[in-house]
Amino acid sequence: MLSEEQALRHISTGSGDLDSILGGGIHCKEVTEIGGVPGIGKTQLGIQLAINVQIPYDFGGLGGKAIYIDTEGSFMAERAYQIAEASILDTFDNFGCQLKEIPEKLKAESFLANIFYFRICSYTEQIALINYLDQFLVEHKDVKIVIIDSVTFHFRQDFDDLALRTRVLGGMSQKLMNLAKKFSLSVVLMNQVTTKFTEGSFHLTLALGDSWSHSCTNRVILYWNGNDRYAYLDKSPYLRPASVHFSVTGKGIRDATSQCKRVRMM
Amino acid sequence: MANKLISQMGLPLPIANVFAARSIITAKDALSIPESDLMALLDLGRDQVASAVARISEITCPPYQTVLSLMEDRRTSGCHGGRLPTLLKGLDEALGGGIPPGLLTELVGPSGIGKTQFCLKLSLIAALPTCYGGLNGRVIYIDTESKFSSRRIIEIGENSFPQIFQTEGMAQEMAGRIVVLRPASLSEFTQSLEKIKLSLIQREVNLLIIDSMAGLISGNPRENESCTRGSRQQPLGWTLSFLKSVAEFSRIPIVVTNQVRGQSTEAFHYPFEGLGGNDNVTSERLESHLVAALGIQWAHAVTIRLVLEAHSGQRYIKVAKSPYSPPLAFPFIVDSSGIVPLSDDGIELTGQEISTIRFQVQPI
Repeated sequence: MLSEEQALRHISTGSGDLDSILGGGIHCKEVTEIGGVPGIGKTQLGIQLAINVQIPYDFGGLGGKAIYIDTEGSFMAERAYQIAEASILDTFDNFGCQLKEIPEKLKAESFLANIFYFRICSYTEQIALINYLDQFLVEHKDVKIVIIDSVTFHFRQDFDDLALRTRVLGGMSQKLMNLAKKFSLSVVLMNQVTTKFTEGSFHLTLALGDSWSHSCTNRVILYWNGNDRYAYLDKSPYLRPASVHFSVTGKGIRDATSQCKRVRMM
Repeated sequence: MANKLISQMGLPLPIANVFAARSIITAKDALSIPESDLMALLDLGRDQVASAVARISEITCPPYQTVLSLMEDRRTSGCHGGRLPTLLKGLDEALGGGIPPGLLTELVGPSGIGKTQFCLKLSLIAALPTCYGGLNGRVIYIDTESKFSSRRIIEIGENSFPQIFQTEGMAQEMAGRIVVLRPASLSEFTQSLEKIKLSLIQREVNLLIIDSMAGLISGNPRENESCTRGSRQQPLGWTLSFLKSVAEFSRIPIVVTNQVRGQSTEAFHYPFEGLGGNDNVTSERLESHLVAALGIQWAHAVTIRLVLEAHSGQRYIKVAKSPYSPPLAFPFIVDSSGIVPLSDDGIELTGQEISTIRFQVQPI
């Protein structure tokens, strides 16, 4: 029963506004793609989710562990520590707790010990790891989120045969969807952007092509709107598209603090 | 990892033979083929293929580490965790001690702004003995535009660290630790990198500088995904993977400089954003600015981007992209001792301003 209830919970992104357009947060049993230009905050969001999945059940979280698959080398452990500390303190604040003595398992170091980090240096390793996760997850049933940052990098430059690439990516996304359902966890994939010339001008679009865009259940695009960071829910089986202002702070991903923040329904 | 041999993976002998008979020798060969194709190619059943692939994957997969042990490793690897201090106090603080090892740090800005000056000073700092804040090591400086000047290095040294450079022979020794390579083309560049790979593995080099990257990649890389035809027509993509793997296994700071260009093929918006609202204001403002060369694929690949720009009669170095730092801009000038900060406190910039590149000519 407990695991059924856990599966219905969402993983908070750290920003209440962003959680609300996502229907409560990132969903378990589903694959969510997050795309955006360099520097917009994809890695920051990935680290935030790897921390927030661990918020204990008694505090409204899943109390699970995380797998972080780093294909670009952009993960920084010190930043994860910063985000963990802030998330723990904010959780206590939200619950009005004043614990004089923070128990061992709620220290930032313990949160870091619960993130399994894999550094992937080629698409072969990426495919191998995703195949291997089936076995790994049987041995680590408390993992509730798998983050791949980014799923694009090695497939963008090293693959010569594009038709083959499409089929390999298709196989990979199927496997990830199966893992999400089988182990009741969330799979979050970071994607890069590229430019596409359509209707007379250049537009931004997510990388890996049109067939990949069908693979994920949910898609969120992080983008700049003037000087503000926004997130747009581009694809969801049951939520309507919407965009919301959020920010990246020293503590991690949080609500935007400006007065003119608004949730826009498209 | 990708080149591991299937024959050494302990697969049941008949299965291993079938793989070999079809010229599937390495893990990369096997895993690049979708499982359904493998079934047809090898004439094996679904279960047999699945268990073979599972075994191959298990062996090819790299080991994991908890983030806690990752952090502890970084802490124990030398002062500042192997980072290279820039000696611009505010910038070093923002970067957590200095330029981090194991990833690509980019310096981008218009020509004449001070990128090469910054690289020269970094080379010197890396060569300095540790008691003076340096890394006491050798530096490899890949100079694609013949901008390296030994005389300038010594001038910077004498003005920034007078106490060290007064010692007899010190200047020569420091300069001697910087090895300058001048590849004339992209293929010569990759050959040079292959040659120094050995020195990098043996930990004899503490800093790699490539000045400039844009000079090597000729023309604009084609950014439209549907044009991609593989590594031969995408020298940038291939070079990127290579550089990143060099960064990974050598665990040293790698600094790469990049140029700027106009905005003709730059895209700023997604189709869902539509037109109108404050888009016009944004695009007007952005159109008067320059953009980094080498395109969006490159921008994704570098982990830290430091933008150098000039406006309102002042030069700034800005931390435009960094997983660890807030978006800060530091004013600086260039004088006989290299790059000199004008203030230790950075100015915090919001939004896209941190990435914009302006170059207004300063009166001399």
